[in-house]
Order: sequence, then C-alpha cells, then structure tokens
Amino acid sequence: MSSIKQGVQAQSFSEATLARFAREVAKYPAEQKQSAVMAILSIVQQEQGWVSPESEQGIADYLGMPAMAVHEVTTFYNMYNQRPVGKYKLNVCTNLPCVLRDGQKALAHLEQKLGIHMGETSADGLFTLQQSECLGACADSPVMLVNDRHMCSFMSNSRLDQLIDDLRAAEGKA
Amino acid sequence: MNANQVLQQFSASGVETCFHDRHINPQIYAGLNGKNWSIKDYEARGGYAALRKILGQDGGEGLNQDQVIATVKESGLRGRGGAGFPTGLKWSFMPRQFPGVKHLVCNSDEGEPGTCKDREILMHNPHIVIEGMIIAAYAMGIPLGYNYIHGEIFEVYERFEAALEEARAAGYLGDNIMGSSFSFQLHAAHGFGAYICGEETALLESLEGKKGQPRFKPPFPASFGLYGKPTTINNTETFAAVPWIIRNGGQAYLECGKPNNGGTKIFSVSGDVERPGNYEIPLGTPFAKLLELAGGVRQGRKLKAVIPGGSSSPVLPADIIMNCTMDYDSIAKAGSMLGSGAVIVMDDTRCMVKSLQRLSYFYMHESCGQCTPCREGTGWLWRMVDRIERGEGKPSDLALLDNVAENIMGRTICALGDAAAMPVRGMIKHFRHEFEHHIEHKTCMVPAYV
Ligand SMILES: NC(=O)C1=CN([C@@H]2O[C@H](COP(=O)(O)OP(=O)(O)OC[C@H]3O[C@@H](n4cnc5c(N)ncnc54)[C@H](O)[C@@H]3O)[C@@H](O)[C@H]2O)C=CC1
Ligand SMILES: Cc1cc2nc3c(=O)[nH]c(=O)nc-3n(C[C@H](O)[C@H](O)[C@H](O)COP(=O)(O)O)c2cc1C
Ligand code: SF4
Ligand code: FES
Repeated sequence: MSSIKQGVQAQSFSEATLARFAREVAKYPAEQKQSAVMAILSIVQQEQGWVSPESEQGIADYLGMPAMAVHEVTTFYNMYNQRPVGKYKLNVCTNLPCVLRDGQKALAHLEQKLGIHMGETSADGLFTLQQSECLGACADSPVMLVNDRHMCSFMSNSRLDQLIDDLRAAEGKA
Repeated sequence: MNANQVLQQFSASGVETCFHDRHINPQIYAGLNGKNWSIKDYEARGGYAALRKILGQDGGEGLNQDQVIATVKESGLRGRGGAGFPTGLKWSFMPRQFPGVKHLVCNSDEGEPGTCKDREILMHNPHIVIEGMIIAAYAMGIPLGYNYIHGEIFEVYERFEAALEEARAAGYLGDNIMGSSFSFQLHAAHGFGAYICGEETALLESLEGKKGQPRFKPPFPASFGLYGKPTTINNTETFAAVPWIIRNGGQAYLECGKPNNGGTKIFSVSGDVERPGNYEIPLGTPFAKLLELAGGVRQGRKLKAVIPGGSSSPVLPADIIMNCTMDYDSIAKAGSMLGSGAVIVMDDTRCMVKSLQRLSYFYMHESCGQCTPCREGTGWLWRMVDRIERGEGKPSDLALLDNVAENIMGRTICALGDAAAMPVRGMIKHFRHEFEHHIEHKTCMVPAYV
C-alpha cells in the first residue's frame, strides 16, 4: 500500500472534537480503545469533509494504534471519503429493489441536473454524486443519502429538483 | 432555510411504510405513529413490564435464567437475521457460569437489498429492542452489550442513543437494574458502508475496530466472539420479539404463527407493488395475502417473480410463490429461503437477466476478498451475466455460469459466497429461456424493462 505517506504530520484536534472522541472511547473496555476508530473517523469526516493521511495519523496516535491500521479501516468501508468531496455528497441507491422503483432514473436525473457524471463533483464544489448499494430504506425508494447522515426518501424528479434548488439557495448560489 | 432544514423536508415520516392498518396482529409495530418512540410512550404500551416480570418487581416470583431461556425455546422464535436459527437454543449455548466477561451484540447492520424493517423498529420503537437485549443479557448472565447499526441510517443511530439515555435514567440499564443484583451496560456502535459487516463474525471484527473480514466458523461466537469472549449475536427483530414472549408466554407466541415457525415476522415488501412498506404478519400467512396488503402488483400488471427473502435468496416464479405461505419451512420447500423477509416483487415487464446483472454486481462489489472462490468467482459471475445482458453471451455461458456458481458454494469462509451463487442458480433454473433468448437473439425478451 503506497497511499499511506511516509512522515505525515499528525493532525491535532480541537478540544470540542476530542470531547466527541472521548464519548466514543468511553463505550469500550479500557484496553479496547481501537473499537472507537469507526466512530472517530466518521466524526472527522463530518467535521472536515474527508479523512486525510494527517488525520489518520492523529487518530492513530489518539487511539494508540498504528496509522496503517487506521488506514485499513478507512479504505475498507465504502463511506469514508479518501479525498475531498463536494460540500454535499449525494449517494443514490441503485440496487435492484430501488431500480425497480426508479432509483436509476433518479441518478440519471441528477446527472443531468448537475451536469456531472456519477463519481464527479460539480464545478462550484457544492455537489458530489455517487451511486450506492442498499441503504436499508428500500420501501422509500428512490432514496438518497446526503453527507452520510441524512436519508432522503421518495426522491421523485420533482423532489430532487426541489432539494438541489433549496440547497443552492441555502448556499446563496441559486 | 439553512441546509439542515432543507434536508429535513425529505425525511421519511413512516406513514406509508410502517404506520398503516395493514399489519396482522402486530406485536413489534403495534400502536406506533412516529411520535411515540420515547420511554413514557413505550411504558404506556406495556413496555418494560417483561423486564419487571422476570425481576419479580410486580409482586410475582420472577423468572430465573433457565426459565427465561425455556420460555424462548418454547416460543419457537427463530433468528430474524436470515438463517432462522432457533433463538432459545442459541442462548442455551452460552456458558452461563463462565466466570469472565461475556458479550451481547445486536445485529442492526441491515444491508441485504430489499430489507428495511430493522430501521423502522429502531426509529419508532427503540425501547423494545433495548428491553429485549436486557432480558437476553439477564438470561445469559452478560454484563456488556452493543448494538451495531448500519452506517447509512445515521438518524437511527442517534435515535437509539437517545433511547439508551432514557433507559439509563429510568434505571433499566446500568448497575443494579431496578434495585436487583443484575447489571448490564449497553452502547450503540455504527458501521460505515460495508454489507459484509452484517455477517456476524465480520461485525465482531468491525466492532473491534478492524476491517470487517469474516472469521472461520466454528468456533461460533458463542465460544469465541467479541474480544475473543463468548458472545451472543441476534438480529434486531429477534430481540424485539422477546418482551412479548416473556409477557404472554412461549406457547402464546408459538400459536401466533405455525408449528416450528412461531410468532409474527416483519416483511419488507419492495419493487412492483402499489404500496411498498413493512408488513408485520403471522408466520404462515399466505403470500397472496401479503401481496394484497401491499396493494397488489403495480398498475394491475401480472406478477412475474418474487425474491422472497432478500437478494441472496433464489427467485421464485409467480405460480410457485402464489402457492406458498410466508414461513421458513414453506419457502424452503419451494426451493428458496425466507432469509431476512425482504420480498422483492417483479412484474411481467421485468427482465431477469438485467435483474441478475445488478445483483451480481452487488456481490462482486461487496466481497471482502479473503477467499479466492468468492473474490474471483463473484467477478466471473458478474462479467458473464453482464456480457449476456449486453448481447455478447455465448451458448456455452449458461453451463459455465452454473459451474462457477457451484464452485463457489460451500467453499468459502462466510455465506456471502453462497449468497452470490444461489440467485444465479435460481434465475437460470426458473428463467433459463430468458437467458437463452438474450444469447441467441442478442436482445431482451421483455423490452419494456425500465
Ligand atoms: N438481514 C440481512 O440484511 C442479511 C441476512 N442474511 C442472511 O444470513 C444468513 C446466513 O447467516 P449466517 O450467520 O452465515 O448463518 P449460520 O447458519 O452460520 O448461523 C446462524 C446463527 O446461528 C448460530 N449458530 C449456528 N450453528 C451454531 C452452532 N453449532 N453453535 C453455536 N451457534 C451456532 C450462528 O452463530 C449464527 O448466529 C443467510 O441465510 C441470509 O438469509 C444475509 C445477508 C444479509
Ligand atoms: C453476507 C451476510 C450478511 C448478513 N447480514 C446480516 C444483517 O445485516 N443483519 C442480520 O441480522 N444478520 C445478517 N446476517 C446473518 C448473521 O450472520 C447472523 O446469522 C445473524 O445476525 C444472527 O441473528 P439471528 O439468529 O437473530 O438471526 C448476514 C449473513 C451474511 C452471510
Ligand atoms: S466468502 Fe467472500 S465475503 Fe465471505 S469471507 Fe470469503 S471473500 Fe469474504
Ligand atoms: S435497495 Fe435501495 S435502499 Fe435498499
């Protein structure tokens, strides 16, 4: 694995962030701090938008585990962003149950509306569009997960338009 | 509106999918409306009475560990995570007198395509899972537990954490529960996008802060589980069934379903129906009834096929499924599995080759890569189905597909290999003519596919 750079500077975290980390670590037996790595990585991603090698090193130091072990986790799970993404990461489910209810069409509609292909980020840096596997909300399809934390249900084309327009307006880019 | 408010507008209310009057004798979803998830409402519905009962808090004698396990055995409850393993039996495997730490884990990593029932249990009735876990912990003498929640349903994780706080404050969780000598700590953890972490040993690896790669079984988690300690893992819905069983007795639960298939089960119905959603019905209910509850096939079309238990269960053609009842034994007899209870309905405009292409992609994408037959085999399966779909298949491909599928099955560490292979074999068995048509004519038999 060459992606983990030699000699990266460990990032240091703010007091508020460290308090969030501590809350996760407290759930596990003292000698099993590493268990909190999933939650801590997701906190970092929420605050910074992605997981950088510097933050991996910072987390490794915090949890007392090798940076490579943190990196293995980042790369194994689909939702960790290994590079910066748009301000809003849109994940549309295109697994079979959703495809039967227009999941693929929702993705195509967004590609057109945003003028980007799946996997890309819009020029204004606002949106990254991805397809995803089952989100566990199949009865609500088409479904889309925004920034890992907000499940948007029944996303017909008109609701997708509304969501994008409203987010643009919220960002002052309408 | 700020961005958060914008996103709020698109959250599901649950009205269409969960709070409807089309459950039959519901136990887990009974009386929910989306606003009554908190502890006071749960108690008003009879919540935590089962816990009080076993602890002898309501004047009764209480139930000891053996009695709780015997009651669960008597109920005929079978694991709702997919394998249908008898829950009481699993609990009895735990070394109850084991002196060291033991663990209890709830598997809420629901990611089997088509399955969305645990999400609505945890969102709208989180305390029923907490109470079920406390009872399980009591029965097996377990001091520490975790609920591992699918990373994609983060709002559910937050809801569950809020419910845990309530339960702690009320004295149902923590040290000396309700003044007894029994203590149990319970926490929430979350995944972050890996289907394989639903497999119980992969889940344990993930909970230990590692890549979610399955372990060899045996040893089963009952002897070597979280941090190497004896561990019991059950699905969310399995735990959610427990309070009702304790309150009403094992026999009453068994009678809700049919022999060897006790109780109610939640079916997630998706695909070509008028009203997709979760339906809690007694095991043994005819499939035709479930289809009717879900509003029938969309736009009055004809039923073509149903995947009865999540994407890893083999497809069944309409004429077979219409004669099945929805329970473990009936679906197994028909050549498929009840699995997680995710019923994917397909009408007569659907192409089976295209459907299988999508599922094969999924399994290839989600293979953890540890075993060669699965890592390589899932890629082969996808490439072949993809090529047939695109009209580039060869007549020999069907035999080859079958052969690759057969060579994956039973030769891997975990059941994901089987899960990838079984749908392939099922599709070719029942819809061979569609695959042949694709290969021969290089086009689809059902061009209306959308
Ligand atoms: N709910 C979902 O999202 C998904 C569910 N599945 C389902 O998962 C099923 C396969 O699950 P597995 O865990 O591989 O099945 P399994 O048959 O190996 O185990 C079932 C349960 O019984 C326990 N068990 C079995 N034999 C035991 C023994 N001798 N001693 C102690 N414990 C024992 C296992 O630990 C496990 O908890 C499939 O049938 C599929 O339907 C698959 C994918 C996703
Ligand atoms: C690939 C794979 C994915 C699985 N995903 C889940 C899941 O998301 N939820 C679940 O409860 N069980 C899942 N299982 C089954 C678990 O390994 C295990 O059998 C189950 O959690 C036991 O609980 P139960 O006895 O209450 O069903 C999966 C199995 C495999 C092979
Ligand atoms: S069968 Fe597939 S998913 Fe399961 S352990 Fe092997 S490679 Fe990983
Ligand atoms: S298949 Fe799309 S959410 Fe499950």
